[in-house]
Amino acid sequence: MTEARQLDVEGLRFGGVGPVDLWLAPRECLALGGPSGAGKSRLLRAIADLDVHEGRVACQGTTAEALEPSEWRRRVGMLAADSRWWRDRVDEHFAAPPAGEMLEALALDEALLRAPVAKLSSGERQRFALLRLLANHPRVLLLDEPTANLDPDNALRVEHLIADYRRSEGAAVLWVSHDPQQMRRVADRRLRLEGGRLVQAPDTEPIGDAPR
Amino acid sequence: MILLGPLELALAALLVLGSAALAFALRLGLTASLLIAGTRMVVQLLLVGLILKVVFDRVDLTWIGIIALVMLIVAGYESAARQKRRLAGAWSIGIGVAAMFLSTFTVTVLTLVVILGPSPWYTPQYAIPLLGMLLGNTMTGVALGLDRLTQTLWVQRDAVEARLMLGHTWREAVTDIRRDCMRAGLIPTLNAMAAAGIVSLPGMMTGQILAGAPPVEAVKYQILIMCLIMGATTGGTAFAVQVACRRLFDARERLRLDRLRAP
Repeated sequence: MTEARQLDVEGLRFGGVGPVDLWLAPRECLALGGPSGAGKSRLLRAIADLDVHEGRVACQGTTAEALEPSEWRRRVGMLAADSRWWRDRVDEHFAAPPAGEMLEALALDEALLRAPVAKLSSGERQRFALLRLLANHPRVLLLDEPTANLDPDNALRVEHLIADYRRSEGAAVLWVSHDPQQMRRVADRRLRLEGGRLVQAPDTEPIGDAPR
Repeated sequence: MILLGPLELALAALLVLGSAALAFALRLGLTASLLIAGTRMVVQLLLVGLILKVVFDRVDLTWIGIIALVMLIVAGYESAARQKRRLAGAWSIGIGVAAMFLSTFTVTVLTLVVILGPSPWYTPQYAIPLLGMLLGNTMTGVALGLDRLTQTLWVQRDAVEARLMLGHTWREAVTDIRRDCMRAGLIPTLNAMAAAGIVSLPGMMTGQILAGAPPVEAVKYQILIMCLIMGATTGGTAFAVQVACRRLFDARERLRLDRLRAP
Protein backbone atom coordinates (compact mmCIF):
# COMPACT_ATOMS: atom_id res chain seq x y z
CA MET A 1 0.00 0.00 0.00
CA THR A 2 2.36 2.66 -1.27
CA GLU A 3 -0.33 5.35 -0.99
CA ALA A 4 -0.56 4.82 2.77
CA ARG A 5 3.09 5.65 3.12
CA GLN A 6 3.94 9.14 4.21
CA LEU A 7 7.38 8.96 2.62
CA ASP A 8 8.61 6.43 0.11
CA VAL A 9 12.22 6.34 -1.08
CA GLU A 10 13.27 3.82 -3.73
CA GLY A 11 16.70 3.33 -5.28
CA LEU A 12 18.00 6.70 -4.12
CA ARG A 13 21.62 7.28 -5.20
CA PHE A 14 23.79 10.34 -4.70
CA GLY A 15 27.54 10.94 -4.53
CA GLY A 16 28.60 7.30 -4.12
CA VAL A 17 25.82 6.50 -1.61
CA GLY A 18 22.99 4.10 -2.32
CA PRO A 19 20.85 2.64 -3.57
CA VAL A 20 18.85 3.61 -0.49
CA ASP A 21 15.32 2.32 0.03
CA LEU A 22 13.21 3.39 2.97
CA TRP A 23 9.66 4.27 3.82
CA LEU A 24 7.83 5.97 6.63
CA ALA A 25 4.25 5.40 7.75
CA PRO A 26 2.13 8.32 8.96
CA ARG A 27 3.09 9.35 12.52
CA GLU A 28 6.19 7.17 12.36
CA CYS A 29 9.64 8.35 13.46
CA LEU A 30 12.68 6.68 11.97
CA ALA A 31 16.02 7.45 13.57
CA LEU A 32 19.07 7.40 11.36
CA GLY A 33 22.57 6.91 12.74
CA GLY A 34 25.94 6.12 11.31
CA PRO A 35 29.48 7.43 11.26
CA SER A 36 30.24 11.04 10.33
CA GLY A 37 30.67 11.41 6.60
CA ALA A 38 28.48 8.38 5.84
CA GLY A 39 26.03 10.62 3.97
CA LYS A 40 23.19 11.07 6.50
CA SER A 41 22.82 14.82 5.89
CA ARG A 42 23.19 14.29 2.15
CA LEU A 43 20.44 11.67 2.30
CA LEU A 44 18.10 14.23 3.87
CA ARG A 45 19.15 16.82 1.29
CA ALA A 46 18.48 14.40 -1.55
CA ILE A 47 15.02 13.57 -0.16
CA ALA A 48 14.30 17.33 0.13
CA ASP A 49 15.46 17.57 -3.50
CA LEU A 50 18.24 20.02 -2.63
CA ASP A 51 20.96 17.93 -4.27
CA VAL A 52 21.11 16.09 -7.57
CA HIS A 53 20.21 12.42 -7.12
CA GLU A 54 18.77 9.37 -8.87
CA GLY A 55 15.81 7.35 -7.72
CA ARG A 56 12.21 7.87 -6.70
CA VAL A 57 10.99 9.85 -3.71
CA ALA A 58 7.29 10.23 -2.99
CA CYS A 59 5.19 11.78 -0.25
CA GLN A 60 1.71 10.27 0.22
CA GLY A 61 2.05 8.71 -3.24
CA THR A 62 3.02 11.95 -5.04
CA THR A 63 6.55 12.02 -6.40
CA ALA A 64 8.80 15.06 -6.01
CA GLU A 65 8.87 15.61 -9.78
CA ALA A 66 5.09 15.83 -9.90
CA LEU A 67 5.20 18.95 -7.74
CA GLU A 68 6.84 22.33 -8.02
CA PRO A 69 10.11 22.19 -6.04
CA SER A 70 8.86 24.80 -3.57
CA GLU A 71 5.64 22.83 -2.96
CA TRP A 72 7.62 19.61 -2.46
CA ARG A 73 9.87 21.30 0.11
CA ARG A 74 6.86 22.63 1.98
CA ARG A 75 5.47 19.11 2.22
CA VAL A 76 8.82 17.49 2.98
CA GLY A 77 10.45 20.05 5.28
CA MET A 78 14.07 19.84 6.30
CA LEU A 79 15.73 21.34 9.37
CA ALA A 80 19.51 21.70 9.03
CA ALA A 81 21.86 21.21 11.96
CA ASP A 82 22.67 24.95 12.03
CA SER A 83 19.83 27.37 11.52
CA ARG A 84 20.27 30.16 8.98
CA TRP A 85 18.60 33.58 8.92
CA TRP A 86 18.49 36.25 6.25
CA ARG A 87 16.68 39.20 7.82
CA ASP A 88 17.60 41.20 10.92
CA ARG A 89 14.75 40.36 13.27
CA VAL A 90 13.35 36.95 14.20
CA ASP A 91 9.70 37.80 13.41
CA GLU A 92 10.65 38.90 9.90
CA HIS A 93 11.15 35.20 9.12
CA PHE A 94 7.56 34.26 10.04
CA ALA A 95 4.51 34.94 7.89
CA ALA A 96 2.46 34.91 11.11
CA PRO A 97 3.80 34.88 14.69
CA PRO A 98 3.98 31.33 16.12
CA ALA A 99 1.23 30.35 18.55
CA GLY A 100 1.82 31.10 22.21
CA GLU A 101 1.61 27.44 23.22
CA MET A 102 4.31 26.52 20.68
CA LEU A 103 6.63 29.19 22.14
CA GLU A 104 5.79 27.96 25.60
CA ALA A 105 6.45 24.34 24.66
CA LEU A 106 10.00 25.33 23.65
CA ALA A 107 10.48 27.76 26.57
CA LEU A 108 10.88 30.70 24.20
CA ASP A 109 9.99 34.19 25.39
CA GLU A 110 7.56 35.96 23.03
CA ALA A 111 9.66 39.15 23.30
CA LEU A 112 12.49 37.33 21.50
CA LEU A 113 10.41 37.43 18.32
CA ARG A 114 11.12 41.14 18.00
CA ALA A 115 14.82 40.74 18.87
CA PRO A 116 17.64 40.85 16.33
CA VAL A 117 18.64 37.32 15.30
CA ALA A 118 22.26 38.11 16.20
CA LYS A 119 21.28 38.60 19.88
CA LEU A 120 19.86 35.07 20.22
CA SER A 121 21.86 32.08 21.42
CA SER A 122 22.43 29.26 18.93
CA GLY A 123 19.96 27.13 20.92
CA GLU A 124 17.26 29.81 20.76
CA ARG A 125 17.85 30.23 17.03
CA GLN A 126 17.54 26.48 16.51
CA ARG A 127 14.25 26.29 18.40
CA PHE A 128 12.84 29.24 16.44
CA ALA A 129 14.01 27.54 13.23
CA LEU A 130 11.94 24.48 14.19
CA LEU A 131 8.85 26.67 14.71
CA ARG A 132 9.55 28.38 11.37
CA LEU A 133 9.56 24.97 9.68
CA LEU A 134 6.44 23.70 11.45
CA ALA A 135 4.55 26.81 10.30
CA ASN A 136 4.50 25.21 6.82
CA HIS A 137 2.69 22.13 8.27
CA PRO A 138 5.06 19.68 6.52
CA ARG A 139 3.82 16.09 6.17
CA VAL A 140 7.35 14.75 6.52
CA LEU A 141 10.04 16.23 8.76
CA LEU A 142 13.69 15.66 7.87
CA LEU A 143 15.62 16.59 10.99
CA ASP A 144 19.42 16.78 10.84
CA GLU A 145 20.66 16.64 14.43
CA PRO A 146 18.04 19.16 15.52
CA THR A 147 19.13 19.18 19.15
CA ALA A 148 22.91 19.22 18.66
CA ASN A 149 23.13 22.82 19.95
CA LEU A 150 20.67 22.39 22.82
CA ASP A 151 21.07 21.67 26.51
CA PRO A 152 19.38 18.45 27.75
CA ASP A 153 16.22 20.23 29.00
CA ASN A 154 15.65 22.04 25.72
CA ALA A 155 16.49 18.91 23.74
CA LEU A 156 13.67 17.13 25.62
CA ARG A 157 11.30 20.03 24.89
CA VAL A 158 12.06 19.71 21.18
CA GLU A 159 11.51 15.94 21.32
CA HIS A 160 8.11 16.43 22.99
CA LEU A 161 7.01 19.12 20.54
CA ILE A 162 7.90 16.93 17.58
CA ALA A 163 6.09 13.94 19.12
CA ASP A 164 2.99 16.14 19.59
CA TYR A 165 3.28 17.39 16.01
CA ARG A 166 3.48 13.83 14.68
CA ARG A 167 0.38 12.85 16.62
CA SER A 168 -1.70 15.92 15.76
CA GLU A 169 -0.70 16.29 12.08
CA GLY A 170 -0.03 12.65 11.20
CA ALA A 171 3.43 13.65 10.01
CA ALA A 172 6.33 11.24 9.62
CA VAL A 173 9.83 12.07 10.88
CA LEU A 174 13.28 11.05 9.67
CA TRP A 175 15.60 12.03 12.51
CA VAL A 176 19.38 12.01 12.15
CA SER A 177 21.11 11.81 15.49
CA HIS A 178 24.41 10.81 17.04
CA ASP A 179 22.82 10.27 20.46
CA PRO A 180 21.78 6.61 21.01
CA GLN A 181 19.63 7.46 24.04
CA GLN A 182 17.77 10.10 22.11
CA MET A 183 17.23 7.74 19.21
CA ARG A 184 15.69 5.15 21.52
CA ARG A 185 13.48 7.83 23.08
CA VAL A 186 12.11 9.34 19.88
CA ALA A 187 12.12 6.62 17.24
CA ASP A 188 9.83 3.73 16.33
CA ARG A 189 12.55 2.20 14.13
CA ARG A 190 16.28 2.78 13.92
CA LEU A 191 18.62 2.39 10.94
CA ARG A 192 22.28 3.06 10.30
CA LEU A 193 23.78 4.44 7.13
CA GLU A 194 27.23 2.97 6.58
CA GLY A 195 29.26 2.00 3.57
CA GLY A 196 26.67 3.72 1.40
CA ARG A 197 23.86 1.38 2.50
CA LEU A 198 21.10 1.43 5.09
CA VAL A 199 21.33 -1.35 7.65
CA GLN A 200 19.23 -2.31 10.62
CA ALA A 201 20.59 -0.93 13.89
CA PRO A 202 20.55 -3.81 16.37
CA ASP A 203 19.35 -2.97 19.88
CA THR A 204 22.48 -4.42 21.41
CA GLU A 205 24.83 -2.14 19.50
CA PRO A 206 25.16 1.58 19.63
CA ILE A 207 23.43 3.11 16.65
CA GLY A 208 24.97 6.53 16.94
CA ASP A 209 28.59 7.54 17.00
CA ALA A 210 28.91 7.24 20.77
CA PRO A 211 32.02 5.50 22.12
CA ARG A 212 31.54 1.77 22.42
CA MET B 1 43.07 73.25 -31.17
CA ILE B 2 46.68 72.83 -29.99
CA LEU B 3 48.16 69.83 -31.82
CA LEU B 4 50.30 67.35 -29.85
CA GLY B 5 53.64 66.13 -31.23
CA PRO B 6 55.94 63.26 -30.14
CA LEU B 7 57.86 65.60 -27.84
CA GLU B 8 54.72 66.64 -25.93
CA LEU B 9 53.64 63.00 -25.53
CA ALA B 10 57.15 61.99 -24.46
CA LEU B 11 57.04 64.64 -21.75
CA ALA B 12 53.70 63.26 -20.53
CA ALA B 13 55.18 59.74 -20.59
CA LEU B 14 57.81 60.93 -18.11
CA LEU B 15 55.01 60.84 -15.51
CA VAL B 16 54.59 57.10 -16.09
CA LEU B 17 58.35 56.60 -15.70
CA GLY B 18 58.24 58.77 -12.57
CA SER B 19 55.42 56.65 -11.12
CA ALA B 20 57.37 53.47 -11.88
CA ALA B 21 60.48 54.92 -10.21
CA LEU B 22 58.44 55.87 -7.14
CA ALA B 23 56.89 52.38 -7.01
CA PHE B 24 60.41 50.87 -7.20
CA ALA B 25 61.76 53.15 -4.48
CA LEU B 26 58.83 52.36 -2.18
CA ARG B 27 59.11 48.59 -2.93
CA LEU B 28 55.43 48.48 -3.95
CA GLY B 29 55.97 45.58 -6.33
CA LEU B 30 54.08 47.56 -8.98
CA THR B 31 56.95 48.82 -11.12
CA ALA B 32 56.58 46.25 -13.88
CA SER B 33 52.77 46.54 -13.85
CA LEU B 34 52.94 50.33 -14.27
CA LEU B 35 55.44 50.13 -17.13
CA ILE B 36 53.53 47.34 -18.91
CA ALA B 37 50.19 49.13 -18.48
CA GLY B 38 51.68 52.38 -19.81
CA THR B 39 53.28 50.71 -22.82
CA ARG B 40 50.17 48.65 -23.53
CA MET B 41 47.99 51.77 -23.38
CA VAL B 42 50.21 53.63 -25.87
CA VAL B 43 50.33 50.70 -28.32
CA GLN B 44 46.57 50.01 -28.06
CA LEU B 45 45.60 53.64 -28.57
CA LEU B 46 48.00 54.16 -31.48
CA LEU B 47 46.61 51.07 -33.18
CA VAL B 48 43.04 52.19 -32.54
CA GLY B 49 43.89 55.63 -33.91
CA LEU B 50 45.19 54.06 -37.12
CA ILE B 51 42.22 51.71 -37.46
CA LEU B 52 39.72 54.48 -36.77
CA LYS B 53 41.36 56.68 -39.40
CA VAL B 54 40.82 53.96 -42.01
CA VAL B 55 37.26 53.24 -40.86
CA PHE B 56 36.33 56.94 -40.69
CA ASP B 57 37.58 57.42 -44.24
CA ARG B 58 35.64 54.45 -45.67
CA VAL B 59 32.24 54.72 -43.84
CA ASP B 60 31.54 51.03 -44.55
CA LEU B 61 28.93 49.24 -42.40
CA THR B 62 30.79 45.89 -42.62
CA TRP B 63 33.97 47.37 -41.21
CA ILE B 64 32.09 49.20 -38.49
CA GLY B 65 30.26 45.96 -37.66
CA ILE B 66 33.55 44.05 -37.37
CA ILE B 67 35.04 46.68 -35.07
CA ALA B 68 31.87 46.73 -32.94
CA LEU B 69 32.00 42.93 -32.68
CA VAL B 70 35.65 42.94 -31.60
CA MET B 71 34.88 45.61 -29.00
CA LEU B 72 31.93 43.53 -27.73
CA ILE B 73 33.92 40.29 -27.42
CA VAL B 74 36.81 41.99 -25.65
CA ALA B 75 34.33 43.66 -23.26
CA GLY B 76 32.70 40.25 -22.62
CA TYR B 77 36.09 38.71 -21.88
CA GLU B 78 37.12 41.58 -19.59
CA SER B 79 33.84 41.48 -17.67
CA ALA B 80 34.40 37.75 -17.03
CA ALA B 81 38.06 38.22 -16.11
CA ARG B 82 37.14 40.71 -13.38
CA GLN B 83 35.02 38.17 -11.49
CA LYS B 84 36.61 36.12 -8.75
CA ARG B 85 34.24 33.14 -9.00
CA ARG B 86 32.72 33.08 -12.40
CA LEU B 87 30.32 30.71 -14.12
CA ALA B 88 32.14 27.75 -15.62
CA GLY B 89 32.43 27.13 -19.34
CA ALA B 90 31.34 29.72 -21.86
CA TRP B 91 28.55 30.97 -19.60
CA SER B 92 30.47 33.78 -17.97
CA ILE B 93 31.68 35.40 -21.20
CA GLY B 94 28.43 34.44 -22.95
CA ILE B 95 26.22 36.20 -20.42
CA GLY B 96 28.45 39.31 -20.49
CA VAL B 97 28.44 39.44 -24.29
CA ALA B 98 24.67 38.88 -24.52
CA ALA B 99 23.92 41.49 -21.85
CA MET B 100 26.18 44.10 -23.45
CA PHE B 101 24.98 43.32 -26.94
CA LEU B 102 21.32 43.70 -26.00
CA SER B 103 21.78 46.87 -23.96
CA THR B 104 24.58 48.84 -25.66
CA PHE B 105 23.79 47.99 -29.28
CA THR B 106 20.10 48.79 -28.79
CA VAL B 107 20.84 52.11 -27.08
CA THR B 108 23.53 53.05 -29.62
CA VAL B 109 21.37 52.31 -32.67
CA LEU B 110 18.34 54.05 -31.18
CA THR B 111 20.44 57.10 -30.33
CA LEU B 112 21.95 57.23 -33.81
CA VAL B 113 18.63 56.81 -35.57
CA VAL B 114 16.25 58.72 -33.30
CA ILE B 115 18.32 61.37 -31.52
CA LEU B 116 21.47 62.24 -33.46
CA GLY B 117 20.42 61.31 -36.99
CA PRO B 118 23.77 61.46 -38.84
CA SER B 119 23.77 60.48 -42.50
CA PRO B 120 24.29 57.58 -42.95
CA TRP B 121 23.04 56.53 -39.50
CA TYR B 122 26.16 54.42 -38.89
CA THR B 123 28.60 57.28 -39.50
CA PRO B 124 31.63 55.90 -37.61
CA GLN B 125 32.61 59.25 -36.10
CA TYR B 126 29.40 59.00 -34.00
CA ALA B 127 28.74 55.25 -33.87
CA ILE B 128 32.10 54.01 -32.60
CA PRO B 129 32.76 56.51 -29.79
CA LEU B 130 29.15 56.15 -28.58
CA LEU B 131 29.34 52.36 -28.54
CA GLY B 132 32.75 52.50 -26.87
CA MET B 133 31.54 54.70 -24.02
CA LEU B 134 28.45 52.55 -23.47
CA LEU B 135 30.41 49.28 -23.63
CA GLY B 136 33.04 50.52 -21.19
CA ASN B 137 30.50 51.56 -18.59
CA THR B 138 28.15 48.61 -19.04
CA MET B 139 31.13 46.25 -18.80
CA THR B 140 31.92 47.65 -15.35
CA GLY B 141 28.29 47.31 -14.26
CA VAL B 142 28.00 43.73 -15.53
CA ALA B 143 31.32 42.69 -14.01
CA LEU B 144 30.53 44.21 -10.60
CA GLY B 145 26.99 42.83 -10.58
CA LEU B 146 28.07 39.28 -11.49
CA ASP B 147 31.06 39.34 -9.16
CA ARG B 148 28.81 40.38 -6.26
CA LEU B 149 26.26 37.71 -7.21
CA THR B 150 28.62 34.75 -7.33
CA GLN B 151 30.55 35.85 -4.23
CA THR B 152 27.40 36.45 -2.19
CA LEU B 153 25.80 33.17 -3.20
CA TRP B 154 29.04 31.38 -2.32
CA VAL B 155 29.22 32.96 1.14
CA GLN B 156 25.48 32.89 1.87
CA ARG B 157 24.64 29.54 0.32
CA ASP B 158 23.41 28.10 3.64
CA ALA B 159 20.97 30.99 4.08
CA VAL B 160 19.76 30.65 0.49
CA GLU B 161 19.28 26.91 0.95
CA ALA B 162 17.53 27.50 4.28
CA ARG B 163 14.97 29.51 2.33
CA LEU B 164 14.65 26.77 -0.29
CA MET B 165 14.11 24.23 2.54
CA LEU B 166 11.22 26.37 3.75
CA GLY B 167 9.55 26.21 0.36
CA HIS B 168 10.69 29.54 -1.04
CA THR B 169 11.09 29.63 -4.81
CA TRP B 170 14.56 30.35 -6.18
CA ARG B 171 13.39 33.86 -7.04
CA GLU B 172 12.26 34.51 -3.47
CA ALA B 173 15.46 32.97 -2.10
CA VAL B 174 17.66 35.43 -4.01
CA THR B 175 15.46 38.56 -3.92
CA ASP B 176 17.67 40.48 -1.49
CA ILE B 177 20.89 39.27 -3.09
CA ARG B 178 19.74 40.27 -6.55
CA ARG B 179 18.87 43.75 -5.32
CA ASP B 180 22.35 44.10 -3.80
CA CYS B 181 23.98 42.99 -7.05
CA MET B 182 22.06 45.56 -9.07
CA ARG B 183 23.09 48.25 -6.60
CA ALA B 184 26.74 47.14 -6.82
CA GLY B 185 26.63 47.26 -10.61
CA LEU B 186 25.04 50.71 -10.76
CA ILE B 187 27.08 52.49 -8.05
CA PRO B 188 29.88 53.67 -10.41
CA THR B 189 27.31 55.15 -12.81
CA LEU B 190 25.34 56.74 -9.98
CA ASN B 191 28.55 58.19 -8.51
CA ALA B 192 29.62 59.55 -11.89
CA MET B 193 26.24 61.21 -12.39
CA ALA B 194 26.19 62.66 -8.87
CA ALA B 195 29.72 64.04 -9.15
CA ALA B 196 29.44 65.20 -12.77
CA GLY B 197 30.40 68.83 -13.13
CA ILE B 198 31.01 69.37 -9.41
CA VAL B 199 33.69 66.92 -8.32
CA SER B 200 34.86 65.99 -11.78
CA LEU B 201 34.52 67.15 -15.33
CA PRO B 202 33.54 64.04 -17.30
CA GLY B 203 36.17 62.75 -19.74
CA MET B 204 34.21 63.19 -22.93
CA MET B 205 33.23 66.76 -22.11
CA THR B 206 36.81 67.59 -21.15
CA GLY B 207 37.99 66.13 -24.46
CA GLN B 208 35.54 68.18 -26.47
CA ILE B 209 36.43 71.39 -24.64
CA LEU B 210 40.16 70.74 -25.12
CA ALA B 211 39.46 70.13 -28.81
CA GLY B 212 37.88 73.58 -29.01
CA ALA B 213 34.15 72.86 -28.76
CA PRO B 214 32.02 75.51 -26.99
CA PRO B 215 31.44 74.40 -23.34
CA VAL B 216 27.65 74.51 -23.63
CA GLU B 217 27.72 72.18 -26.64
CA ALA B 218 30.13 69.85 -24.83
CA VAL B 219 27.80 69.84 -21.82
CA LYS B 220 24.81 68.91 -24.00
CA TYR B 221 26.70 65.91 -25.39
CA GLN B 222 27.77 64.91 -21.90
CA ILE B 223 24.17 64.98 -20.67
CA LEU B 224 23.15 62.81 -23.61
CA ILE B 225 25.96 60.34 -22.92
CA MET B 226 25.22 60.16 -19.18
CA CYS B 227 21.57 59.31 -19.88
CA LEU B 228 22.59 56.64 -22.41
CA ILE B 229 25.12 55.15 -20.00
CA MET B 230 22.51 54.97 -17.25
CA GLY B 231 20.05 53.19 -19.56
CA ALA B 232 22.56 50.74 -21.03
CA THR B 233 24.22 49.92 -17.69
CA THR B 234 20.90 49.34 -15.92
CA GLY B 235 19.57 47.14 -18.72
CA GLY B 236 22.82 45.20 -19.18
CA THR B 237 23.40 44.61 -15.47
CA ALA B 238 19.79 43.56 -14.87
CA PHE B 239 19.93 41.08 -17.76
CA ALA B 240 23.29 39.62 -16.71
CA VAL B 241 22.33 39.24 -13.03
CA GLN B 242 18.97 37.68 -13.93
CA VAL B 243 20.42 35.12 -16.36
CA ALA B 244 23.34 34.25 -14.07
CA CYS B 245 20.92 33.77 -11.15
CA ARG B 246 18.80 31.40 -13.20
CA ARG B 247 21.90 29.50 -14.30
CA LEU B 248 22.92 28.98 -10.66
CA PHE B 249 19.67 27.13 -9.97
CA ASP B 250 18.62 24.07 -11.95
CA ALA B 251 15.16 23.05 -13.14
CA ARG B 252 14.40 21.61 -9.67
CA GLU B 253 15.45 24.93 -8.12
CA ARG B 254 18.53 23.52 -6.42
CA LEU B 255 21.39 25.94 -5.78
CA ARG B 256 24.13 24.76 -8.17
CA LEU B 257 27.39 26.31 -7.00
CA ASP B 258 29.18 23.48 -8.82
CA ARG B 259 28.50 25.57 -11.91
CA LEU B 260 31.02 28.14 -10.66
CA ARG B 261 34.72 27.94 -11.40
CA ALA B 262 37.10 28.01 -8.43
CA PRO B 263 39.04 31.30 -8.21
